[in-house]
Amino acid sequence: MATQQSRSAARMMMAPAVILLLGWMLVPLTMTLWFSFRNYLPMRGGDQGSAGFDNYVRFVSSSSFWPSVQTTLILVGGVLVITVALGIVLALLLDQPMWGQGIVRILVIAPFFVMPTVSALVWKNMFMDPVNGLFAHIWKFFGATPVEWLSQASIPSIILIVSWQWLPFATLILLTAVQSLDSEQLEAAEMDGAPFLQRFWFLILPHLSRAITIVILIQTIFLLSIFAEIFVTTGGAFGTRTLTYLIFQRVLESQNIGLGSAGGVYAIILANIVALFLMRIVGKNLDA
Amino acid sequence: MGQITLKKVSKSFGDVEVIPPLDLTIEDGEFAVFVGPSGCGKSTLLRLIAGLEDTSGGTISIDGNDATEIPPAKRGLAMVFQSYALYPHMSVRKNIAFPMRMAKIDQAEQDRRIEAAAKALNLTDYLDRKPGQLSGGQRQRVAIGRAIVREPSAFLFDEPLSNLDAALRVGMRLEIMEMHKRLDTTMIYVTHDQVEAMTMADKIVVLRAGYIEQVGSPLELYHTPRNVFVAGFIGSPQMNLIEGPEAQKHNAHTIGVRPEHIDVTEGSGMWKGTVGVAEHLGSDTFFHVHNTGLRDMITVRAPGEVSFRHGDEIYLTPKADVIHRFDEKGLRIA
Amino acid sequence: MARAVTNNRKALNTAIAWTIGLVIFFPILWTILTSFKTEAQAISDPPVFLFFDWTLENYSVVQERSNYMRFLWNSVIIAGGSTILGIIIAVPAAWSMAFVPSRRTKDILLWMLSTKMLPAVGVLYPIYLIFIKLGILDSRIGLTIILMLINLPIIVWMLYTYFREIPGEILEAARMDGASLREEIMYVLTPMAIPGIASTMLLNFILAWNEAFWTLNLTAAKAAPLTAFIASYSSPEGLFYAKLSAASTMAIAPVLILGWFSQKQLVRGLTFGAVK
Repeated sequence: MATQQSRSAARMMMAPAVILLLGWMLVPLTMTLWFSFRNYLPMRGGDQGSAGFDNYVRFVSSSSFWPSVQTTLILVGGVLVITVALGIVLALLLDQPMWGQGIVRILVIAPFFVMPTVSALVWKNMFMDPVNGLFAHIWKFFGATPVEWLSQASIPSIILIVSWQWLPFATLILLTAVQSLDSEQLEAAEMDGAPFLQRFWFLILPHLSRAITIVILIQTIFLLSIFAEIFVTTGGAFGTRTLTYLIFQRVLESQNIGLGSAGGVYAIILANIVALFLMRIVGKNLDA
Repeated sequence: MGQITLKKVSKSFGDVEVIPPLDLTIEDGEFAVFVGPSGCGKSTLLRLIAGLEDTSGGTISIDGNDATEIPPAKRGLAMVFQSYALYPHMSVRKNIAFPMRMAKIDQAEQDRRIEAAAKALNLTDYLDRKPGQLSGGQRQRVAIGRAIVREPSAFLFDEPLSNLDAALRVGMRLEIMEMHKRLDTTMIYVTHDQVEAMTMADKIVVLRAGYIEQVGSPLELYHTPRNVFVAGFIGSPQMNLIEGPEAQKHNAHTIGVRPEHIDVTEGSGMWKGTVGVAEHLGSDTFFHVHNTGLRDMITVRAPGEVSFRHGDEIYLTPKADVIHRFDEKGLRIA
Repeated sequence: MARAVTNNRKALNTAIAWTIGLVIFFPILWTILTSFKTEAQAISDPPVFLFFDWTLENYSVVQERSNYMRFLWNSVIIAGGSTILGIIIAVPAAWSMAFVPSRRTKDILLWMLSTKMLPAVGVLYPIYLIFIKLGILDSRIGLTIILMLINLPIIVWMLYTYFREIPGEILEAARMDGASLREEIMYVLTPMAIPGIASTMLLNFILAWNEAFWTLNLTAAKAAPLTAFIASYSSPEGLFYAKLSAASTMAIAPVLILGWFSQKQLVRGLTFGAVK
């Protein structure tokens, strides 16, 4: 259904969205690229001339760079493993017949709607506080010394908080996938005498593979740029400085725009590598 | 008014030419049917006339005015779609009123036309329902009602009955024909069903792979098919097309004999064969006759009371004056 | 793959699922409960669960001290404004992609989505500069535009998947019925796509409401929404659990309720239609 007229109308109607996004992408990106080659220190007189590739070299060779990459990877990896594994278990569980299924689902999904700043603050103060936090009470109840979560076990703590936020997303999508599983196929396998583990391994898991990929890829995009959870809990201290946070500090706290921008370019490259994979997969599904 | 003329109209999708340049005129008040197997370009041709697709070349004129560049909304044509394409969020009344609302016709006139259309189509009791609450046949009527109230210069039907069950289809066919007689407006009707084409049309346009194979009245097509394709496509059961020595006897590459033009006898006749399946319709009986040496199977239409059985040997005799002859290219030999 | 099972099995499922569900929900429940306690009860050792003197005092204190209503209003304006603006821009774009697809449609869609992956921190300073230049730093209009831009790809995408399910013949029928393009979109497409548009708006409202990078970095006093309101409780007020809880409850309640109502529609949008 397309005539010349509708095609040109379509182009017109697509234009605002395309132009806006193009501007949104290109303008800041160009500026970041420009700054990354400049010695730009707003607090000390602004642009102090070209820096060549200095910023890029300095950013990578700074002692905080590799630790921040490592932290980022551990954080993203940890959250992915936890949410996917628990997500599968929860999805299979929620798919079983039970009373009050709708309510349980609502309970499980709730964390997704909680603002990141809220969840970080609540976890930090009301659960992980070494004196008055709920965990401290539990530890004391069992006669153990309360843990100073956010300083002694900072990364696991943040992984826990972020996983709590993202588990609902993983569960919801995996549940949708589980529900589309052909029950006759499962029954046939049961008739053939396949025990649960085998059914899970050879039927359920392959069926979920596409959903799992999607969960991993979408979450990765969001997790790479995790900000509020760190901003509110540790402020980047105790080894929780991710790449995103490091750049944020360079830009806002040290006011070294050149250096921060070079970091930004690295982050953009990293995100684009991930994006490429995501696009491949989502793109395939477009035709289906 | 509603004369539609196509001159050298063609359509390509990318490199694929689905309709090579063709000429066609549909006269005012005519009931024209585009018929052909699926993929023959009949729906595309209709959509070109509607303006839902651009032509790749040629001109379409409506009542003598060039309409090639006019958007569908302004061509003054109404279309009934295969899926009915009713607006699911509007009541039947609103659906029917929609084209008038777009044309800014005043409310009193709208109401008058809706009442008239609803009465003619037996929809009066359903005006306040949503399309989802209607049966297939009723939805079809709403779609037709929506077309009628516009008072278009021509109606376009795109396989409108193919989603209905057989019984309803016959009923709707009659209703559409009666509507045509009453309104006396040009109608172009697309179908793959040659029975619909034969029963409804003033003029049939047989299409294959974008080419017009023949244009004519149903009886012209039946009696003088221009080529083997039309011969085989028009008429039910299909014409028996015979090649080889038997055809050469008639100085032709192919001869065609319609099932109803063959006499069946027990004793003697021109061709001998064995009865395979016999389809008893009551009024008629169709015999599938094998082992004639002419082709796999010859279909014969005999009166209902003729009762041969599976395996019976019978003799067939074609009526000599209605044997159709075709040359190597498949064209009719006069 | 739900099947008939015995009641025993069902009871077991129920018990396990409810336990897990409550554990996951517990932090939210605990926050809500704590918001009704006095500060002393909130940090009492051992903690009290239900048997405390319920009070609404924290809510009034929070409103008084931090002017909750102003932050709430900012959140509503920014999240609502960016969603509406986004829809207005996205509906025509999604119409084009869904009903007049070309060879480039898919590429354009994927490209749009890829802008979503631009790490915000990478362009923080340029945006900051641009905002200063335009004088929209710490303004609701500035944030509305930013949030609209970051969510626009998702809006377009979700609408596109919803629109694709509407049969093209119906729009063609409207065209044959004499509707102009504008009328076709206003009277036929939009009403038919209302459920899809509604869930798209909901999801984007929630995403905008919870967005915590740009809202924290581009606002100060004037335009700060609830994300900043809560961040301000980081210290030292964070130690006043009851007030923190009251503030938290007030910040999440609107979206929590919205989200629960629309969870089914949200799933589809979130997966970009890739999981059926």
